[in-house]
Amino acid sequence: MLMPAPDPAILARRSELLARLREAVPGGVIEDEASRRAYDQDALTAYRQMPMLVVLPSSTQEVAAALRVCSSLGVKVVPRGAGTSLSGGALPLEDGVVLGLAKLSRILDIDYDNRTVTCQPGVTNLSISRAVEARGFYYAPDPSSQIACTIGGNVAENSGGVHCLKYGLTTNNVLGVELVTMEGEVIRVGGKHFDAEGYDLLGILTGSEGLLGVITEVIVRILPKPETARALLIGFASNEAAGDTVAAIIGAGIIPAGMEMMDKPAIHAAEAFVRVGYPLDVEALLIVELDGPGPEVDHLCGQVTALAQSRGAVSCRMSGSEPERLAFWAGRKAAFPAVGRISPDYFCMDGTIPRRALPGVLARLREFEGEFGLRVANVFHAGDGNLHPLILFDSNVPGELERAEAFGAAILRLCVQVGGVLTGEHGVGVEKRDLMGEQFTESDLAHQQRLKCAFDPAGLLNPGKVFPVLHRCAELGRMHVHQGKLAFPDIPRF
Amino acid sequence: MRLCDRARDQGRFNVTTFAPTREQEVIEAVRWATAAGEPLEVIGTGTRRGLGRPVSVPHVLDLSALSGIVSYEPAELVLTAWAGTPLAEITSALAEHRQHLAFEPLSDVEGTLGGVVATGLSGPRRPKAGAVRDHVLGIAAVSGRGESFVGGGKVVKNVTGYDIPKLMTGSYGTLAVFTEITLKVLPAPEDVRTLIIHGVAAREAVRLTTTVLQSAAEVSGACHVPASVVADGTSQTAYRFEGVGPSVEFRLARVRDALGGSGPVTVLERDESVSFWRSIRDVTPFAGAAERMVWRISVPPAEGASVLERLERAIPGAHALLDWGGGLIWFQLPEADESMARDARAAVVRAALTGTQGHATLVRAPASVRETAQVFQPQAAGLAALSKRVKAQFDPRRVLNPGRMYADV
Repeated sequence: MLMPAPDPAILARRSELLARLREAVPGGVIEDEASRRAYDQDALTAYRQMPMLVVLPSSTQEVAAALRVCSSLGVKVVPRGAGTSLSGGALPLEDGVVLGLAKLSRILDIDYDNRTVTCQPGVTNLSISRAVEARGFYYAPDPSSQIACTIGGNVAENSGGVHCLKYGLTTNNVLGVELVTMEGEVIRVGGKHFDAEGYDLLGILTGSEGLLGVITEVIVRILPKPETARALLIGFASNEAAGDTVAAIIGAGIIPAGMEMMDKPAIHAAEAFVRVGYPLDVEALLIVELDGPGPEVDHLCGQVTALAQSRGAVSCRMSGSEPERLAFWAGRKAAFPAVGRISPDYFCMDGTIPRRALPGVLARLREFEGEFGLRVANVFHAGDGNLHPLILFDSNVPGELERAEAFGAAILRLCVQVGGVLTGEHGVGVEKRDLMGEQFTESDLAHQQRLKCAFDPAGLLNPGKVFPVLHRCAELGRMHVHQGKLAFPDIPRF
Repeated sequence: MRLCDRARDQGRFNVTTFAPTREQEVIEAVRWATAAGEPLEVIGTGTRRGLGRPVSVPHVLDLSALSGIVSYEPAELVLTAWAGTPLAEITSALAEHRQHLAFEPLSDVEGTLGGVVATGLSGPRRPKAGAVRDHVLGIAAVSGRGESFVGGGKVVKNVTGYDIPKLMTGSYGTLAVFTEITLKVLPAPEDVRTLIIHGVAAREAVRLTTTVLQSAAEVSGACHVPASVVADGTSQTAYRFEGVGPSVEFRLARVRDALGGSGPVTVLERDESVSFWRSIRDVTPFAGAAERMVWRISVPPAEGASVLERLERAIPGAHALLDWGGGLIWFQLPEADESMARDARAAVVRAALTGTQGHATLVRAPASVRETAQVFQPQAAGLAALSKRVKAQFDPRRVLNPGRMYADV
């Protein structure tokens, strides 16, 4: 994985940087190698890189001070939440500083009347829900790493989760942020009111993968917990039948709280691991969750069951209790570690496709298995088309890591080819960076990178992530104006 | 590309209009503008000229011929259309498949898709279903550099690259000229009913509404129409229930039981509900006095009543309507006088926001007032500077709608 070449001039000034960072963030600078090692990778475990230094500020002021020091010395910065990124978003740079936000971990304000929670970026996703559950509220976006991942990281990646079909992604649930720019300026966008005015910078910051600014405060929406939630476990003899059922459910005007699909290899891996009673003789399993008031859930469960049966479902079970509902989910939620049991290594891919393309894509994946000599198990956010192929390999076997990466790239290219996108929720990071050209033209990428120039003209925040080619802002800023031969020369000028 | 001598719907003279019929012509028009140093007023059918600040330049870029639905897949929840497509065409295509635009654009029979996205105004369902920006999946556009580009995608779940569609939504045509837009569309509710409580004052209405919104009632509309605005002189506090029949019944009954003691109650069935919320969405009570200026004020919902009280004390004789559970205040000034001629009393209106978060936007006023007033809430210095830098990256020569939002942007 090619990262920007380390700058020897920066490496040479390490001790000066260390001294100035110690002034800016007293007690919060990690220098010795053994301690820095804890920060040398995130959840994209194929890659490691020791950072030059690690800084752990405890406040917005310390974040700003640290960034000003780095800015003045031209030092690159890699922000880090909990390091759960699956796309290498927090992969360090050899000549860069990792800026960890874990110490900014306080919930600052809970406002039940306005239904908002204000917290620091290091607060974990699940702890927001925990903080408000006694009053019957929760924070809806639920990425599967929610016990560990931080809200700041969620904002950076625009994280999703099983329930984002009905309740939206992080971006649809954030009302405001405070950020610090690379130059150390603190800016607030949005607030507890709906719809910040002016340009939607909040929308641009969400999902910006640590390239535009460091988030130091987040205001999120909290919702009343649904009264009832029930899950349906539905088995099908073919992927087509499962896909048809999903389309029929949406066509009937039903947006379930969650709708997940697993293929046979994934079902078998999960059942072997968690033993919750998944049917082993089906080609595809659909888990549909419906939530809301009792009468609504009753009504919708009836409709979904009928639709599934009309599309040829071979089995259908409805959860009769909360423990049973959780059990239905346990296999799906354990799918990744379950696959980790049957294979020394795996890559979890992430791409979105139009739902109707699923049977064709799955068939093509079976062909790829033959071409690359590796197996794949699939879980699929059926409601929104977000596919997670899990490519199984053994990095100790020469060549398998490379074949697995090539397999992954082939899958992502296929996603784009069928009208989808490279990433539905894990982000581009380093993992998909070099495939950006499959989805975007030079002009598309240039316009996005110019946006970066408005926030971070020196290009010091997280370089080497998301965009395959780094351009200097001066070069991007130049505008070619076609003087001489003008179209419409006879338009009168006033 | 057609060039015309007269700008659409205007009594303006000596105006040249570019009317592109395909993307390449949009590129040519913008490139001409940058080469000639001539800014463009960018419009669809011009129905939203009354919003924002007026752009009085001699060249208009009229997108109305870039029209038509490109693809619509109800089962994928995705619709793609040219930016100049009439909104009415889109809403009726959706209705055929029992789907809708969940964010409830204002006056859904007027204007173009591009206009809806450029102005980013959402209706009463916004707190529950999200705003315009939460439903724009992808945008193809031509920047002020005369270069075409695409942001976002055509699927509902996408985090590839920066979320350019969010930035473009609500940018009033100042960053790029939209050519094609992809929206997330959703099933329309099977049933809708409305519960109205009569005679409750604003402060109590917001308090009741807060409890309703903290419950599992899942209302998709919560508004308060003060007594002075209702024909029979009794205020209306209304809640909308949408969904499948049994659910609507159940939830409405529960809220009715919980609030029954607060005042006389009426229930509107489907057709009456649809009319009622349309009039809230379009602020129909203020439509009659077209010469009175109107502010649109966004605040944290629980503070709506206090902010309204401050506004009413500061400007007696004004009328108001609360939507978004208290989070949106439509504020109509009294009959115009000299004190309003320059800035529609902007300083006084915005003073009511001291100590709270939010912003006030002037949404109805003569062009002459909108030229001199601060139509949009002035931003803090850091944020304003950042916004200008963003503008400069997309439109370095300021040829796209200069001054449409802020005088110097």
